[in-house]
Amino acid sequence: MSRLLMKGNEAVVHGALTGGATHFFGYPITPASEIAHAAARYFTASGRTFLQAESEIAAINMIYGASSAGARSMTATSGPGLSLMAEGLSYLAGAELPAVVVDVQRAGPGLGNIWPEQSDYNATVKGGGHGNYSNIVFAPNSAQEMCDMTRKAFALADAYRMTVIILSDAYIGQMMEPVNIPETVTFSKRKDWAVYGDAESRENLIVSILMSTLQQSNHNEHLQEKYRRLEETCIEYEEFGIKDADIVLVSFGICSRLCHTVAMTLRKEGYRIGFFRPKTLFPFPKKAINRLAEMKKPLAVVELNTGMMADDVELSIKGQSEILRYNWLGGQMPTVKELAIKVTDDLGKLRKAGFGGKS
Amino acid sequence: MIKHKKPTAFYETFERKGHNDTSTHYCPGCGHGTVHKFIAEAIDDLGVKDQVVFLSPVGCSVFAYYYFDAGNIQCSHGRAPAVATGVRRVHKDAVIISYQGDGDLAGIGTSEIIHAANRGENITVFFVNNAIYGMTGGQMAPTTLNGQKTLTTPLGRDPGRDGLPIGMAEIMNAITAPVYIERVSLSSTKGVLKTRKAVRKGLKNQIDGRGFSFIEILSPCPVNWKMDPVEAREWIAGNLEPVFPITCFRDACSQDQKDSQIAVEHSVESDQIPFMDDKELVSLLKVDALIPNLEILNLEEDQLVKIAGFGGQGVLSGGVLLAKCGIAEGIHATWLPSYGPEMRGGRAYASVILANDEIGSPVVDEPNVLIAMNGPSLDAFEDDVVPGGFILVNSSIATRKVKRDDVSVLYIPASDIAKKEGLTAAANVVLLTIYLKHKGIMSTETLRKIIPVSVTRKKFINTNLRIMDKALEYYDNNVRI
Ligand SMILES: Cc1ncc(C[n+]2csc(CCOP(=O)(O)OP(=O)(O)O)c2C)c(N)n1
Ligand code: SF4
Repeated sequence: MSRLLMKGNEAVVHGALTGGATHFFGYPITPASEIAHAAARYFTASGRTFLQAESEIAAINMIYGASSAGARSMTATSGPGLSLMAEGLSYLAGAELPAVVVDVQRAGPGLGNIWPEQSDYNATVKGGGHGNYSNIVFAPNSAQEMCDMTRKAFALADAYRMTVIILSDAYIGQMMEPVNIPETVTFSKRKDWAVYGDAESRENLIVSILMSTLQQSNHNEHLQEKYRRLEETCIEYEEFGIKDADIVLVSFGICSRLCHTVAMTLRKEGYRIGFFRPKTLFPFPKKAINRLAEMKKPLAVVELNTGMMADDVELSIKGQSEILRYNWLGGQMPTVKELAIKVTDDLGKLRKAGFGGKS
Repeated sequence: MIKHKKPTAFYETFERKGHNDTSTHYCPGCGHGTVHKFIAEAIDDLGVKDQVVFLSPVGCSVFAYYYFDAGNIQCSHGRAPAVATGVRRVHKDAVIISYQGDGDLAGIGTSEIIHAANRGENITVFFVNNAIYGMTGGQMAPTTLNGQKTLTTPLGRDPGRDGLPIGMAEIMNAITAPVYIERVSLSSTKGVLKTRKAVRKGLKNQIDGRGFSFIEILSPCPVNWKMDPVEAREWIAGNLEPVFPITCFRDACSQDQKDSQIAVEHSVESDQIPFMDDKELVSLLKVDALIPNLEILNLEEDQLVKIAGFGGQGVLSGGVLLAKCGIAEGIHATWLPSYGPEMRGGRAYASVILANDEIGSPVVDEPNVLIAMNGPSLDAFEDDVVPGGFILVNSSIATRKVKRDDVSVLYIPASDIAKKEGLTAAANVVLLTIYLKHKGIMSTETLRKIIPVSVTRKKFINTNLRIMDKALEYYDNNVRI
């Protein structure tokens, strides 16, 4: 197996091209720009299309066009650009067009800074734009997953005719790790709904306006039904050390790398720490998390935001266990040591309150 | 007026509008219907019905897909030129029509139209200028005339507050790429005939692959102007035309225009690289791949390395070399840079972790190896090093000694060693070589194999390898005991 050392951001492009992507439209923004750089290099060299758009608004609408035309297309951005894409994302959802959008999160609101936050959770997992819609949201935590999840995103986007968002962050995008490049290229079949500019597709219409309230209502029901179907087919998560755990660390993206180290380190010291990581944030692994709560495991949700995923965890467990919210903002990240101390401190408090205990 | 038979580019009945409907949704006397008809006729006459991809905007013509028997895409407000760009990049032969109103194109969508024009997209834009927002009930448009009363200018447009009406054809004419820019008017029979011709020319240009065509059509909106259809046409002639002159601004495809060649050349497609097949693609993506040694290294201790120095000292690339060595040895490696604006200030560092097992956090807060390439980075990170750790100092630049006594330290004049070989920038290679050697992390031969596949400026490969030799020589003579 040959391995390549590359940034998570570059791995996105390898995943995209082997996932059958043919069109990339983007606008530069730190810390996502390396995706555009790598796309400019590899999409162009392989006879695919890379185009620098005049804005993120234009980029998402170019995707709207390319996707309407049947192509697998994508863009990559960070917070401010994501905000500009909100209308486009809503249109894509309404018109049921497949698209792949990578968000390498930085700190906000406003211009914020370029260090990692996970504060676009609500803006992506809860839709972001107007109307009743959702996106599939993947949360990679390594360069390999940046590649693999992007690759998979194209197949899912086509299968469900919806946007798949790769919700990354500044560290996962900027860090380099070895990546195994997929050996095959998945491809996009001709879509019977797309507009190809030929006789066969002449009857096709891409539209998100539905003037009758009943039609609009039915369309919404159809979308909701599609999202429910995802819960049966698309949920992915990773866990370890649950059975004997006195506390379970719940996290995604860069925080899950930290939690992984903390859990392993503390386990060596005799603490019983569990680890749970949603890989899909929408659909959210509600059942799997609820099962932890049924086992009365206290859940420490570690995030670089104000507790956005913790809200989803809370909804999932219906009050059946304790939730601790560990939050860092502004691009700050705890060190492994800081996080470990917080966890062991809280374990002590939990024990006093009658939860679990160190053997 | 021109033809009585319904063009086949229109549906026979408008099922999308309502069962068996044959009338449009436009108000009596509205210009949209006329423009639609000319487009449909031209599509028929040019024989391109199957290729047409019709983009409808947000505005009264949002429902153009009720009528055009073509591939239809309804776009968000103002963005049709970007959508058209997306379609164009996928289908080279589609005949793409971007149909837009003045709120859509001259208001919310100025950015998209300007940049599509500037790229010389091979598309045809029909810009229906009725000096008002029709669909939303008659508010001011960017093209609304001075003093014109609308719902949002009840006392009339005030140029002091609202600016002057905007001439989009004139703006298009400031851009080099478009091949055809004309403003026409539906005010008179003559104008209508000219409009019909302009519509055809705009589509023909695209079919011939010539580039971006822009046709602005002054068009009546009797309802929101609060006039009857006849008055409305007169109002165009008397009021709109003086502000928006009826002119052919550019026709690069006709013989007599000097600037024609520039525009046409500008719009020639450049996307010529052939589409690689899957195998070629995968090998393109793997050009720089490393094949790890069969025998996997076993580290005595995970290496949490911080390399720090000025930007330009090879801090980040040194980290990459080290991480690649790890991969070549079959172990796990991560590299995390400092990045962004602060790099320009000259403070750069990279965190590199080499480990036997999967690596959790890539952040190195407490390194067991610090490679300090200058004084400030020694100041910044000395205290973070774990007791028993190792500090490697570039003593050519960092002149002070390490204060800690619970770490091991080596002072190496790395920049001097590299400079002697004519490549000061390779001080990082000196330090890496000595680090690997001194700590016995792995054979320095691994680094020797990595350098040729990593150094971007190929002419410096040999210098780098020579500098490795000099570093080892220095180590043997001065450090090894
Ligand atoms: C983002 C957004 N903002 C506002 C609107 C509301 N809106 C719909 S049509 C329109 C104006 C259309 O005017 P114009 O482009 O001149 O076309 P006309 O109706 O006159 O043909 C506006 C503002 C919208 N649909 N989307
Ligand atoms: S409101 Fe004006 S532009 Fe809209 S359909 Fe009526 S006349 Fe035409």
